[in-house]
Amino acid sequence: MHDHGLEKLPGSGPLPDSRKFSSDQMVRWCPGCGDFAVLAVVQKVLASLDISREKYAFISGIGCSSRFPYYMNTYGFHSIHGRALPIATGVKCANPELQVWVATGDGDALSIGGNHFIHTLRRNVDLKVILFNNRIYGLTKGQISPTSEFGKKTKSTPWGSIEYPINPVTMALASEATFVARGIAADVPGMTEIITRAAKHHGTAFVEVFQNCVVFNNGAWKEVEDKATREERVVRLQHGKPLIFGKEMNKGIRLRGMDPEVVEFLPGQPPKDLMVHDEKAESPHGAYLLSKMSETACPIPLGVFRAVRQPTLHELMEEQIIKARQSAPTDLQTVLNASEEGGA
Amino acid sequence: MNKLKTAKSRQQPAEELESVTIRFAGDSGDGIQLTGAQFSTATGIAGNDLSTFPDYPADIRAPMGSLFGVSGYQIHFSSGRAFTPGDSPDVLVAMNPAALKVNVKDLRKGGLLIANSDAFSLQNLAKAAYTSNPLEDGSLSEFRLIPVELSRRTGEALQGMPLTKPQVERCKNFYALGMMYWLYDRPMEGTLKWIESKFKKTPAMAEANKKALLAGNAFAETTELFGQYYRVKKAPAEPGTYRNITGNEAVALGLLTASHLSGLQLWYGSYPITPASEILHELSHYKNLGVKTFQAEDEIAAICSSIGAAFAGSLGTTGTSGPGVSLKSEALGLAAIVELPLVIVNIQRGGPSTGLPTKTEQSDLFQALYGRHGECPMPVLAAATPGDCFRMAIEACRIAIKYMTPVLLLSDGFLGIGSEPWRVPDASKLPQFPPPKLPAPEKFKPYQRDPQTLARPWALPGMSGYEHRVGGLEKADVTGTVSYDPENHERMCRLRQAKIDKVASEIPPIEVLGPTRGKVLVLGWGSTYGAITAAVSRLQAKGEPVACAHLRYLNPLPSDLGQVLSRYERVLVPELNLGQLVHVLRDRYLLDVQGLNKVKGQSFKVAEIDSAVMALLAGRA
Repeated sequence: MHDHGLEKLPGSGPLPDSRKFSSDQMVRWCPGCGDFAVLAVVQKVLASLDISREKYAFISGIGCSSRFPYYMNTYGFHSIHGRALPIATGVKCANPELQVWVATGDGDALSIGGNHFIHTLRRNVDLKVILFNNRIYGLTKGQISPTSEFGKKTKSTPWGSIEYPINPVTMALASEATFVARGIAADVPGMTEIITRAAKHHGTAFVEVFQNCVVFNNGAWKEVEDKATREERVVRLQHGKPLIFGKEMNKGIRLRGMDPEVVEFLPGQPPKDLMVHDEKAESPHGAYLLSKMSETACPIPLGVFRAVRQPTLHELMEEQIIKARQSAPTDLQTVLNASEEGGA
Repeated sequence: MNKLKTAKSRQQPAEELESVTIRFAGDSGDGIQLTGAQFSTATGIAGNDLSTFPDYPADIRAPMGSLFGVSGYQIHFSSGRAFTPGDSPDVLVAMNPAALKVNVKDLRKGGLLIANSDAFSLQNLAKAAYTSNPLEDGSLSEFRLIPVELSRRTGEALQGMPLTKPQVERCKNFYALGMMYWLYDRPMEGTLKWIESKFKKTPAMAEANKKALLAGNAFAETTELFGQYYRVKKAPAEPGTYRNITGNEAVALGLLTASHLSGLQLWYGSYPITPASEILHELSHYKNLGVKTFQAEDEIAAICSSIGAAFAGSLGTTGTSGPGVSLKSEALGLAAIVELPLVIVNIQRGGPSTGLPTKTEQSDLFQALYGRHGECPMPVLAAATPGDCFRMAIEACRIAIKYMTPVLLLSDGFLGIGSEPWRVPDASKLPQFPPPKLPAPEKFKPYQRDPQTLARPWALPGMSGYEHRVGGLEKADVTGTVSYDPENHERMCRLRQAKIDKVASEIPPIEVLGPTRGKVLVLGWGSTYGAITAAVSRLQAKGEPVACAHLRYLNPLPSDLGQVLSRYERVLVPELNLGQLVHVLRDRYLLDVQGLNKVKGQSFKVAEIDSAVMALLAGRA
């Protein structure tokens, strides 16, 4: 396997600062939108990496968050609804030297683009995918999305939604994603760490971002965004460490049968049977279990669920080409001439 | 190989023929397509011009002996030009009663009918709705009927071999092929070699098929079953290397060659669909030439991957059939507004919807011309013959790169799976078309157009100093920033239209076969070329005042088309649709052109065009 390490990607000149990644376009998200924070984090993280600006391509579909490429002073492609992932697949495989990012939303990636989401992840295309999840259709002015809560009243569901929501992290894991993480837009240090790790991952790096929509779904993630309640409602995943949370760090998660449950203890004296997070586990079972915790009384996990290295689509593609070149003619004329019937 | 007979050793007389049409027919599991393809290959080696038409059901393995499961393969070969696979076969090889029932109505009176009499059991006769055995009841008296116990004879030839009964039965198509090789004096070496390589892993089957082929050949020779054999002289051809090629193979090789001529890596993103999948199969082989193929999760992902690859600097291409183009049409609009080069090949089939997936039609012309939302013009090209698919695939790529636009290339099921001899070009002598050079970074603007072509510059991710954003939102002229300005939108719509209109300057003058003015012009496009040319040549030989011309560019239309049309009293447009080009021509030139239309999933017979022209000449239409 070839190592397409970030460290090997050619960079040029001194490290740019984050402003170098801001385009000259006015950012046109609503004041107070969660997207601003993510944009700032991404610009900052990119500036910290030793990759020159022209090597980045930002691809998006349609939706509020899909305006993202216009605000990055890199190469960018704002495409059509749901199709950012196959476009990004073509970009990355055509030129593996690029670092390709995708900005998408809960409607774009999971509804109209749901099919591409599954298949891009299972192919382990080397893309960094940020899914801005605000649990609402914002650009079309307020209809339910695939992540909207059951019973939610919106313009398209005045009597309440009668659909069950889908969990993006669960879906990513079920699609065999090799890097899966979740963060909160407003949590800048947490997001910085996740985005940095996503940037350095080889393969599809999927990041779900809880993001508030001030206009159509204000308070979408209130329980986890509100600093007063947050630490009781989230557990931060750390590789090799037991799952401990709470303001006093006095609660942990352990397994009861197949189900996780919360256990309280005296600070500093965690019981021995707490779940220990292993993001590098070959099987995605543990990560899957964690992803379903947000639907129970347990806290919502934030951080990296899974990070494993597997050959990526472009690596495998290049490898086949190299192999084929060793065993078959590499000039066009031979191919044109060749036929089982021969010349006449 | 020692049993191979050469013509010299033959005792029986040979009759010289100008051309022959043979149809092989049997169950879809009888190996009919394979038998036909082998006969075509041998015919190519024998030096005849040829045209083939495989015709198979949509079912993979239809119930044995059923009428709807009949698979056919027709080949027309000639010492002159074989423009079409032939109107009505001179020979029908029927492997069972159903194959006979479905095909015998096409056999010409007095034609040779070879039937596998072993398959005419009561059960099979019933499945084909025969109340008595046609091989015995005299109902086939207008043909030269030769019943052959194919199954029994194949069994005898393979006696003592370690094979099961079904395995023996599967060799009978080679027995029949051996007979046909004797009858038409075709060389067997190619097929013997092919069998060896095809059955490399099962040497017993290789041996059995070879034996069956040789035994069938010897049987025809020794039994004097046919009384005589036939010779069709070599067709005159320009010197060079020839091979048989299907339209889909030619598209694949054309795309490969375009990649070579443009210096761009080829990307082919596609989703399996009949009858276009062979292009994906073919290109997937050529990883040795650096081709990147991608079997996408759906039609939309297929074209989007190609758009992405084009954004990154590859030659982005995709192929499909009508239903796939429907799914791709939003992405086609995207490719048009971001002005990236892209080639979309449509191997048309019977529609709408799933329609007749394995049959041919030309009913996607409107879709190609108009099937997108917004003002969204793009060049539309159409190939005329299987070999022509090579040239038009290259032309589509050349225009796409030069004008920075998606280009639609129309082929159809008839061209896609039909074959003809193709003279292999010398790739080093074909004109190259690398993408235009970029301005210096400080002068670069994403939508600053070339004044000649109106194409925008193609700056690629990875190039320092050219960082820019493209997208589906309308962009400001020159700068390429998002723009909602009404004046700008209209300007951009008009610029995009003007750019496509400029492609007309690429189109060579229309070639007319026959008088350059006069009574009747037959105007065709796409796969009707063969039937039209054959019919018109025949009429001209009889002294009829008729000419024909063929369109390979459907958008924009050739600049001289209006003039050419106006020189004739009547214009006849045969199409495998309900009059789509007729509609376009009437709209464009205000001329009362006449349609000849057919939507039966079948191509035109030469006779159908012949009689339509005669009716026009006689003032009956």
